[in-house]
Amino acid sequence: MTKPSNKTFMSAPSRRQLLKAGGAAVLTTPFVGRAWAATTEINMLAWYGHGEPDVVAEYEAANNVKFVPKYYAGGDNMLALIAQSPPGTYDIILSDAEFVQQLNLAGYIEPLDAADYPLDDMLHEDFSQFPGHWADGKLYSMMVRGGHLGVSYNQNSVSEEEAQSYSCFWKPELEGKVGHFDWHLPNLGMMSLYNGNGTALWDLDDAKWDAVQETTLGLRKQVGGFFDYGGTFNGLKNGEMQAMCGIGDWITGVLQKDGAPVASVIPKEGGIQFTESYSIGKGSQKADLTRDFIKYMLSPAGQVKSAQMAAYPGFCVTKAGRAALIEADPAEAKRSHQMDGDPQDPITLIKEGRIHYRDIPQQQSLEDWNDFWSEYKNA
Amino acid sequence: MSSKSGRSINIYALTWRLPIIFWQFIFFVGPVLFMVAMSFFLVKNYRMTEAFEFVNWSKMLSRGYFWDSYWYTVFIASVSTTCAMCLAFPAAFALAFRASESTRRWAIFLLIIPFFTSYLVRTFSWFVILSESGVVNAILGYIGLGPYTMLNTNFGTLVGYMTLTLPLVVILQTVTMANIDKTLVEAARNLGCRPLATIWQVILPLSKTGLIIAAIFCFILSFGDFVAPFYLGGSQEPTLPILILDTTKSGQQWPRAAVVAIMMMLTLFAIAFTGIALAYRKRKGAK
Repeated sequence: MTKPSNKTFMSAPSRRQLLKAGGAAVLTTPFVGRAWAATTEINMLAWYGHGEPDVVAEYEAANNVKFVPKYYAGGDNMLALIAQSPPGTYDIILSDAEFVQQLNLAGYIEPLDAADYPLDDMLHEDFSQFPGHWADGKLYSMMVRGGHLGVSYNQNSVSEEEAQSYSCFWKPELEGKVGHFDWHLPNLGMMSLYNGNGTALWDLDDAKWDAVQETTLGLRKQVGGFFDYGGTFNGLKNGEMQAMCGIGDWITGVLQKDGAPVASVIPKEGGIQFTESYSIGKGSQKADLTRDFIKYMLSPAGQVKSAQMAAYPGFCVTKAGRAALIEADPAEAKRSHQMDGDPQDPITLIKEGRIHYRDIPQQQSLEDWNDFWSEYKNA
Repeated sequence: MSSKSGRSINIYALTWRLPIIFWQFIFFVGPVLFMVAMSFFLVKNYRMTEAFEFVNWSKMLSRGYFWDSYWYTVFIASVSTTCAMCLAFPAAFALAFRASESTRRWAIFLLIIPFFTSYLVRTFSWFVILSESGVVNAILGYIGLGPYTMLNTNFGTLVGYMTLTLPLVVILQTVTMANIDKTLVEAARNLGCRPLATIWQVILPLSKTGLIIAAIFCFILSFGDFVAPFYLGGSQEPTLPILILDTTKSGQQWPRAAVVAIMMMLTLFAIAFTGIALAYRKRKGAK
């Protein structure tokens, strides 16, 4: 019979035992690290929503990768984040199309191989030759989704007919009930469209710029507030705001799905398109994995995920993607007018010349526009 | 011997003081100096570059919208301070002079509880109460009034400020008045002083320091608050904290935002020092 040890589990360990345990811990640590590292992390810089599970979870599970998103709000913010980070920090960058050129000029993105992407399946020829996405015959960014900005309104106080013109913002009943998404670019772009500047909405000489400022100041008495995404969402949902300037279906679409009586239309003066494109970050060590993800997002399955994104909906840019959306989620396809023959079909609107791609001011600086925006808020 | 022991006592005291000195240098003096330096930097291609240029100062201080925001922020923070001080006083008076010790302790505990929740969450909860389809308008609707617009107005901003500051002001006023020697109040009453005159001539002078400190805290918190004017005021007239956000958002103009921040700090220093000087100023004839 073995003599029972008088050392219990809780007794103080000897120095030998401590050394053994310590040695074991040190030796096994690298294996623990490797077990975690088996899933490759991909650093994403994007607008909120693009790295969320509803979009990427399936892809992550199928490809043993994990997206680590860093979200920004606005192209300036995106450029600043990249500028302040070492090269290779971000593997994949989602950018508004108008900022791609600046990304490229600053050398923040890698060229793409055009053969990898379905450029011949794009819903509109502009999408495959998007301004700024190509330089010296090389493709630098791939458009994955878009959305239109126009008149967003509460259907209980603004009729669809009234919403066909930006003039509905001046409706006397809406005094104090018109909200602004707090970013000068889409708002002043819309005022420029309202002034009849059409395709030259960003290219304003002094006289036209003065006129846009005057028109905008004329709207001030109608304005009930300046909001970020959350504030815009709440304002429309609780009825504090009956119309919103500077947004589109990307916000009202989320509310509409929730049953709120709100909608967005492209008025007769025209609307603005935001366009989101993926690029591979300069110096990324995971360029191959990133390229595969961009290919996935342009595949029918990826396009459906993108169109259904919980944070904010967008429209498909490929024909196969649209077809897959109509099949997988006809209600969403109908709601977002992504059906052939729908008068508000985003592609039809572009073909009719009613949509203008969002850009930056051509004859003024962004600072000029921002200064005026601050003055306007204080007016 | 004596000089040796004196030196060792000084080293001991210094050792205990060092952490707070380091703390102040690392987390206050250092960042402030950096911010002052940053206000002279330039932004090129969305990246700050070291420079010593006055362009940010001249640009910001020459803009009408900066001064509009500045005076609006001073105004709304002053209104907030006045409201908080007036609303808090009756409650603090009752707790200090009328409530039992146990009730006072419970009341202070209950006043602290709101701070357990995020200020942002408390602010968002006002949406449910103040919106046109919210609780207040629903109640007013029963008596045939309203609906009134309360969100995205100065009133909304003030409600947010009160959410932030009122509990603190009540606590500070209560603690101050509770420490007044009650026999002085009783003496005034026994000598025929009317209740309001007792408050004016005895209680207010005796609690002056605490009341001014409470007002300073309220002003500082309101002056620097971003949440209430942005979410409940609808950013209708941007306050200086909103202007800082706008400035950094567009063009990443952190140096210009630093100019706004320095102006805010200078204002708060001036107000705090003036307030403290008033709080500790001795009355004429007092020793």
